[in-house]
Amino acid sequence: MLHYTLKRIAIAVPTILILIVLSFALMHSAPGSPFTGERPLPPEVLANLEAKYGLDRSFPEQVARYVWRIVTDFDFGPSYSHHDRTVNEIIAQGFPVTLTYGSLAFLFSILAGTGLGIAAAVYRKTWLDSLAVGVSVGAQVLPNFIMAPILVLIFTLWLGWLPGGGWQGGQWPYLIMPVIALATSFMASIARITRSSMIETLNSDFILTARSKGLPFRQVVIRHAMKPALLPVISYLGPTFVGLITGSVVIDIYFSTGGIGQHFVNAAINRDYPLIMGVTILIGILTVLFNLLVDILYVWIDPRIRY
Amino acid sequence: MLTIRIGQDSLPEAGPGRSLWQDARGRVARNPVAMTSLAALVLVGAFAILGPSFSGWSTEDINWNVLGNVESAGRPSLDSGHYFGTDQLGRDLFVRTAHGVRISLMVGIVGALIAIVVGTLYGTIAGYFGGRTDSIMMRTVDVLMSIPYMFVLIILLVMFGHSIILLFVGIGLVSWLDMARIVRGQTLSIKNREYVESAVVIGVPAPLIIFRHILPNLLGVVIVYATLLIPNMIIFESFISFLGLGIQEPNTSLGVLISEGAAQMRYGVLWQLGFPLVFFIVIQFGFFFLGDGIRDALDPKDRH
Repeated sequence: MLHYTLKRIAIAVPTILILIVLSFALMHSAPGSPFTGERPLPPEVLANLEAKYGLDRSFPEQVARYVWRIVTDFDFGPSYSHHDRTVNEIIAQGFPVTLTYGSLAFLFSILAGTGLGIAAAVYRKTWLDSLAVGVSVGAQVLPNFIMAPILVLIFTLWLGWLPGGGWQGGQWPYLIMPVIALATSFMASIARITRSSMIETLNSDFILTARSKGLPFRQVVIRHAMKPALLPVISYLGPTFVGLITGSVVIDIYFSTGGIGQHFVNAAINRDYPLIMGVTILIGILTVLFNLLVDILYVWIDPRIRY
Repeated sequence: MLTIRIGQDSLPEAGPGRSLWQDARGRVARNPVAMTSLAALVLVGAFAILGPSFSGWSTEDINWNVLGNVESAGRPSLDSGHYFGTDQLGRDLFVRTAHGVRISLMVGIVGALIAIVVGTLYGTIAGYFGGRTDSIMMRTVDVLMSIPYMFVLIILLVMFGHSIILLFVGIGLVSWLDMARIVRGQTLSIKNREYVESAVVIGVPAPLIIFRHILPNLLGVVIVYATLLIPNMIIFESFISFLGLGIQEPNTSLGVLISEGAAQMRYGVLWQLGFPLVFFIVIQFGFFFLGDGIRDALDPKDRH
C-alpha cells in the first residue's frame, strides 16, 4: 500500500513538471509577442519591457525561473491583458465559482448516476430499467454545450423559471442550470457503468449464496452487491473530473458565471500567455492530484488490486 | 500440419465456410437498429455532399432582403429557397448546415483515423515486445493521460493559428491514448496464441508477424472502437468551435452553427439552433447504435 502510494507519487511529480515545461515551451515558440500592437514600440521601450518580464534571458533560464516561482510561491506572474492584475489574482477570483458548481455537478453525477444504475439493475426489465437506459443513452448525445442552450430555451425563454445566466454570489437559481448542463452526460455514463456492473454482480455466486441463506433482497443489494458493483465507478471518477473541468469552460462562457473558464477563453483570444499557462497548469496539477487520489482509494478499497 | 495463413483465413474471400466477418456482417444486417443507424448516417452524408447543389445559395451569400429582419423574413420556407431559413446575417442555413456537417464528419473521420493509426501501432509494439519497452511505453501513456488535453489543444490553436489541418491533426493526436491501451491488451493475449508462436519458431521477423498475424486479428476491436471514436471526435471539435476557438470563417462546423444558433435563440429565432442540433443528434445516435451493433455482431457472447 505505502509502496504503491510512493510509486504513484513518483509518477505524479514528473508529470506535473513535464506539463509545466511543455506548456512553457509551447508558449515560448509561439509567433508574435504580447507587445506587438498597432504602432511598433521604440526599441528601448521594448527592451525595457522584455527585461521587466524576463523575456531577454535564455530559454532554459526562463523555464527554470518560471518553474521555480510556481514551486516556491505558486506564482504564475503578471497577466498581459489585465494590466494591473496578476494571474494569481484572476485565478483566485474565478476559481471559487468554478469549484462551487463543479463540485455540485460532480456530486450530482455520482449520486444520480449510481442511483439510476442500481435501480435499473435491481428492477431489471421493468419500465424503470427502460427509463434508465433511455436516459443514459439519450444523455450520451447531449454534451454540455448542447444541454446548456436547450435548458436555457426551456427554463428561461419558455417557462421563465430560471435566470439564463449570471452568478450573483452563487444563489441557487443561478446554480441549477450550470450544474445540470455540466453533469448530465457524466451522470449518464456513470449510470451505464453502474447498471452493467451491478447486473454482473447480482449474477455472481456469492449473491446466490446470500439469497439462498434467506437474506432479503434489499439487504443483499445493500450489504453484499453494492461494494463490488461500485468499483468500476471509482475508476471512472478520474475521467469524470477531467470532463467536468473541461466542460466548465463552456458553462462559464454560456452562463457568464465569471468562472475560470471564461478567463481562459478570453486569455486565449487575447493571447494572454501567462494566464493561459496559469490556468492550464493549475488544472493539470489538480487533475494529476485527483487521479493520484482515486488510484490510491481504489487500491485501498479493493485489496485484490496489486501493481 | 503447420498453417501460416491463419491471419488471412479470417478474410471473407478465404475459401468455403463462413468466416467471422461473414457471420458478423449477417448479424449487423439483421439488426434493425444498426441498419437504421447506418441508413441515417448514409443519408446525412449524402446531404452533406449533395445538399448544396439543390440550393441556389452559397455559404457566404448574404440575402440582403432578410438582413435585419431575420425573425420574420428569414424563416424556413420552400418559396424563398431558404429551406432551413437563414442565419443572423441572412446567409442560407441549408447550405451552411450541409457545409458544417461535412466539416464535422471530416474532422470526426480524419481525427479517428489518426488516433487509430497512431494508437494501434503504439499499442501493438508495446504489447508485442513486452518487458522494458512495454513498461516505458505504457508509463508514458499514463503520464500523458493525466494532461488536460482540451486545454493543450486550445493553446496549440491559439499559437499556431486556427487552421483546420492543425485541428484535425491535434484532435487525432490527443485521442490515441485509449486506443493504445486497448490494443496493447489485445496484443498481449494474441501474441501467446499458437499461430504466433509457430511464426516465431520458423523465423518470421517481428514486423512481419505484427502486420500479418497480429494486426488482422485486432481489426474487430479497432473497428468497434473507431465507430465510437468518430462521434467523440465530433463532440471534441464542436466543443472547441462552440467556444469560438476552432473552425473559423469562412468555414463552419456543427459546433459553430450550434453556438450561433444558441446565441440567436433569445431573439425568437429557433431554427438556427434546431437544424444543426438535429443533425448533430442524428450523427451521434447513428454512430452510437451502429458501433453497438457491430460490437454485438463481433462478440455475440458479450450481451448485457
